[in-house]
Amino acid sequence: MHIVILGCGRTGSTLARLLVQQGHSVAIIDKNRDAFRRYLGPSFRGTMIVGLGIDQDVLKRAGIEKADAFLALAGGDNTNLTAAQIVKTWFSVPRILSRVHDPLRADAYREMGINTFCTTDLVVGMLMDFIQDRPWERKTIEYLSQPVRPEVEF
Amino acid sequence: MYVIVVGGGKVGYYLTKTLSQEGHEVLLIERDPRRVAQLSEELGELVMFGYGDEMRTLEQAGAARADAIVAVTGGDEDNLVICQIAQKRFKTPRIIARVNYPKNRILFEKFGIEHVVSSTEAILMMIEQQIPSAHLIPLAALKQGNLEIVEVDLDASSPVVGKSLAEISLPEGSCVVSIIRAGRAIVPHGDTKLEEGDTVITLVESSKEAQMRQTFIPR
Repeated sequence: MHIVILGCGRTGSTLARLLVQQGHSVAIIDKNRDAFRRYLGPSFRGTMIVGLGIDQDVLKRAGIEKADAFLALAGGDNTNLTAAQIVKTWFSVPRILSRVHDPLRADAYREMGINTFCTTDLVVGMLMDFIQDRPWERKTIEYLSQPVRPEVEF
Repeated sequence: MYVIVVGGGKVGYYLTKTLSQEGHEVLLIERDPRRVAQLSEELGELVMFGYGDEMRTLEQAGAARADAIVAVTGGDEDNLVICQIAQKRFKTPRIIARVNYPKNRILFEKFGIEHVVSSTEAILMMIEQQIPSAHLIPLAALKQGNLEIVEVDLDASSPVVGKSLAEISLPEGSCVVSIIRAGRAIVPHGDTKLEEGDTVITLVESSKEAQMRQTFIPR
């Protein structure tokens, strides 16, 4: 699969590394070159693209036209929602998902047909499970094992 | 009219001030508390601290009864989301967005935001009008519609030098209004011959400007 990720923060970079490790092709977009240096490092085998995720030319350079999935994981909700709408409107990508921190905005755009997941809702749900002694760590542990941690030299 | 302006930069500030002076009810939403303090000194109660892209803020601002919402922040994504929320959630009748990067205009149009203003494009257009190297200078766009007054400087290379006006085929929907020669304006006739150094003032339909250019300027 070819997967395009917008936003090289902790989430975007960890996902990118995991996908590459599982043999997928990955292009990751960030407006800030330093983000790649900070979170991915020189050994990363995906494509790193400096640019705005709401720029169609940048998306094309990331191979959006042949992408199987687009994940909008930039820091700002509005950036993710705009990028997802662009990809949905101009490109035919079968799976598009936006991260949104604001629950109300996540609902509003879900109603408009934009796939969103709300980090606030997710974390709150997890914390509720923790408080009530229910299993709460989900699948995160089994995925995020050692190999996908950033390389750190001590 | 009740108008909500989101984004207290220079555009938002002047817009709020002007609308208020014209007797409209205006509220300016700004998310930077320091900027809010600054703006409040002059605009007082017209300024509200808050995030204009959050539904609760818009609700508190009375978005449900607003006649217009104007998004003029420096972020195009922010302006787009503000407009979409106003449109979908508050059914605001008039929605106006500022586009910072001209490239993004198409997004707003595609996503149904009817009124889009771009200061970058406006400035670009003004600069283009100031560049004399194009030989062809639009002097004014006539208010009522599609006519422009265009000035053309003729140098020796112009294909029309030495010809009379009757010999030149001007694009349909245009005419030569005057010729400035040696500092004097002439009212031309069909037999008036064009000379090197003339400034030709023409009246032309905006859509014919390119054709006009081809008539007077060598390729």
